Amino acid sequence: MNQGPIPAADAINRLVQELSRLPGIGPKSAQRITYYLLRAPSEQSGLLADTIREVKQKITLCSTCYNVTDIDPCPLCRSEQRDRNTVCVVEQPQDILAIEHTGVYHGLYHVLHGAISPTEGVGSGDVRIRELTDRLQDGTIQEVILATNTNLEGEQTALYLNHVISPIGVRVTRLAHGLPFGTELEYADDTTLTRAIEGRQKL
Amino acid sequence: MTRPRSYQTEAIIIRKTKLREADHILTLYTPHLGKIQGVARGVRRPKSKLAGHLEMLTHSQVSLARGRNLDTITGSQTINGFLPLKTDLWLISYGLYLIELVNQFTPEHVENPALFQLLLDTMHNLCQDVDREVTLRYFELKLFHEVGYRPQLQQCVTCHQPLEPVTNYFSPTAGGVLCPDCRQTQPFAYPISVNALKVLRLLQSSDYDTANRLKLNAQLSRELETIMRSYIKHLLERDLKSAGWLDALREQKAQFAPRNH
Repeated sequence: MNQGPIPAADAINRLVQELSRLPGIGPKSAQRITYYLLRAPSEQSGLLADTIREVKQKITLCSTCYNVTDIDPCPLCRSEQRDRNTVCVVEQPQDILAIEHTGVYHGLYHVLHGAISPTEGVGSGDVRIRELTDRLQDGTIQEVILATNTNLEGEQTALYLNHVISPIGVRVTRLAHGLPFGTELEYADDTTLTRAIEGRQKL
Repeated sequence: MTRPRSYQTEAIIIRKTKLREADHILTLYTPHLGKIQGVARGVRRPKSKLAGHLEMLTHSQVSLARGRNLDTITGSQTINGFLPLKTDLWLISYGLYLIELVNQFTPEHVENPALFQLLLDTMHNLCQDVDREVTLRYFELKLFHEVGYRPQLQQCVTCHQPLEPVTNYFSPTAGGVLCPDCRQTQPFAYPISVNALKVLRLLQSSDYDTANRLKLNAQLSRELETIMRSYIKHLLERDLKSAGWLDALREQKAQFAPRNH
């Protein structure tokens, strides 16, 4: 009788299973990584394991902007160089990296950790909107830049934020919508093109 | 005959869920293939050629290639982007409510061109300056008709006698209206006023031109909403998520009272 494939050692299976739960890693990649780690010097896998543990232990959320950080408040919120009158609202910590990479923004941030998505049951209480409006109460912040994604959820989140922030009396702006650099016009969708035409600028 | 490897269809995007790093699984509502799913690769990257054509509440012409499990979306061209629906907090919320209803009430691969047309007409109608609550009620009633849950509003569902112009009772479990005499035959029944019943009957049998002329006061609007929601909840055995959001928005509106919708 066919007994099926002979199973690998239990510990190997467990690692394959754990790895394949990571985003972007399927069972085959998980297997490849597992067998690579088996062959690699033990310092390397030890370092990887320690780093993962350290990240989970040391990294918390900044109590002001809710960015991920190992000290609270985070370096961005502590920095003397940052403009304390502007706050840029993003959906996730990775978005801060993208904006910081441009080097043109010098204000503070606020991470929502998600976007409003009514059909998936994510309401305004499930993202950090209350924390943002609390931050605006003392009057230091004069402009809120909404940098949520330009998909339907991000757009709805921006509209909702405008709806709750405007009455506080703070200027609310939204990142411009337009054509991405390095692309061809003919592939642009109607929504993007409409906004690009509406938001055209004098050269 | 073997099915062709690739095919094209008109579609309205009614749901999307994230898949892997940069992909989405989209749920499309189409006139002749019913509800289908497809993978849109790379649409979460900024330079995706497809992304803008595949946002929710967009009417697009979509090309798909058959795959082993899920079909892959290979091309898409917007027919109508419904921009007004995407730039207003309330209209987005109403739009999402429509597509959640369609998604919940339709099985996959069941053709229903009339329902597709209804959804399209309703999205157009939401962009007009009309009473959007009436639009939602109209949509619900026509949707019930299309999916086989048309409520009986003409006569009592139990004794089949014509309904008198008095307060009657709407029973979600019986799928229609009960006269006061038969009210006790069903465990749950909501009182329905003479005016509310009139409006529902009118919406059930009219088109948008007629429906758009209706003006409801807030009280009647709430009554109709309560009745329709009770019926939806009974049929789906749960509440619609986007209905909860509409309620939350309304509470906000009461707090800030800014816009006139």
